[in-house]
Amino acid sequence: MKRIAKSTFQTAINLVFFAVIGTTILAATFALTHDKIRQSEEDAKLKLIAQIMPSDLLDNNIIQDTLKIPADELLGTDEVGTAYRARLKGQPSAVILEAIAPDGYNGKISLILAVRADGELAGVRVVTNQETPGLGDYIELPKSPWIKGFDGKSRKVYKDLDWQVKKDGGKFDYMAGATISPRAVIKAVHKALQYFAANRDKLFAAKIPPAPDTMKSEALKEKQL
Amino acid sequence: MSFQEYKEIFHNGVWKQNTGVVQLLGLCPILAVSGSVVNGVSLGLATTIVMTLSSATIAPIRSFVPNEIRIPVFVLIIAVLVTVVQYLMNAYMYGLYVVLGIFIPLIVTNCIVLARIEAFASKNPLKASAMDGLAMGLGLTAVLAVLGAVREIVGHGTLFAGIDLALGETAKNWVIHVIPNYKGFLLAILPPGAFIGLGLLIAGKNWLNLRQEQKLKGSKASITPIEGGCSPASH
Repeated sequence: MKRIAKSTFQTAINLVFFAVIGTTILAATFALTHDKIRQSEEDAKLKLIAQIMPSDLLDNNIIQDTLKIPADELLGTDEVGTAYRARLKGQPSAVILEAIAPDGYNGKISLILAVRADGELAGVRVVTNQETPGLGDYIELPKSPWIKGFDGKSRKVYKDLDWQVKKDGGKFDYMAGATISPRAVIKAVHKALQYFAANRDKLFAAKIPPAPDTMKSEALKEKQL
Repeated sequence: MSFQEYKEIFHNGVWKQNTGVVQLLGLCPILAVSGSVVNGVSLGLATTIVMTLSSATIAPIRSFVPNEIRIPVFVLIIAVLVTVVQYLMNAYMYGLYVVLGIFIPLIVTNCIVLARIEAFASKNPLKASAMDGLAMGLGLTAVLAVLGAVREIVGHGTLFAGIDLALGETAKNWVIHVIPNYKGFLLAILPPGAFIGLGLLIAGKNWLNLRQEQKLKGSKASITPIEGGCSPASH
């Protein structure tokens, strides 16, 4: 009995020893790469934002000027999201919203939208989707310029019934044989604009914007070129 | 250890016991990431690094690991190495990480890694074990590269698409449009294309083996007719 206890104890010590060494290596790697990873993630986000946000619309550090927005039915989100606010000389000029189209052909399509202060779309991009490759995936760049059809559109330009594919009586193009994906995106964008209209003041208000960070907006401009 | 033995281990890993087309281990990543050359080779190389390092780590400490807990210790070491690779990739190859991200942690569960450690590294010295891990990993990478190339050409008509994610913006011009204005062939990109492609690869490997065998037989005894085999002439 004693012998069994001893060997069990030794085995356990052995395992703990390996676990401690492993954890140490992991902790060291994490500490070394943590900053770089955060920077990469921020860069990637900035790149995406730069695609849809005209650089003459902002002079603030848009990555820092954020607002947590609770899950909302109109945005299709089911957890807290982030809105990025663009400002020009302290005045609100546009906002980046994250929205989700829940009814894609293969599940959720997540989008980001840049909405100007007057409710006009500056641009829309698909962030992630699982639409069928070669069929429904024309909703994302660079596979097709379809998503650019949203540029400059607003609820003033297009009435509620226009926010559909042409086949359903709306004003938006689609490709024959793959109407589910664009339908989902158009519906989600339309709803996100309704969200913007209902929450416009809340989106731009809240906290005082931090001092303009010239470096960040310079970087944004560079990326757009 | 002689050069001959290393050569033997290498040949064994890359060709004779190839993980992808002979042992048929680790099919999940093979089928999932072989949609393009860049994705396939990237995950193949990540797996190779993990296999080489884990074999090289476990070989020298094999005598300190009690037999009863060897599997948890091996898995722990593999998991640590995979996570380190994942962190480094996330930090320095972010674009590629976004594409391959969910498959990196799965290297831990790729049975080929544990299988080689259990079958080879836990019984052999450091250098030979590292060689075995490297060779097995390269064999897997080769299968992923060929399968990725075939699926990419047939499915998209391109080669090396997405290489800028791995090597930076300058590599964007390296993408080859094998078939210009190609409309794409959906089946090749979807999972069934991976199964069909892998099946063809296995058939091709077996055919090569058989031909080699027949050649050997033929040169040894040229008078005796070839028995069996797959050539229509023998039926």
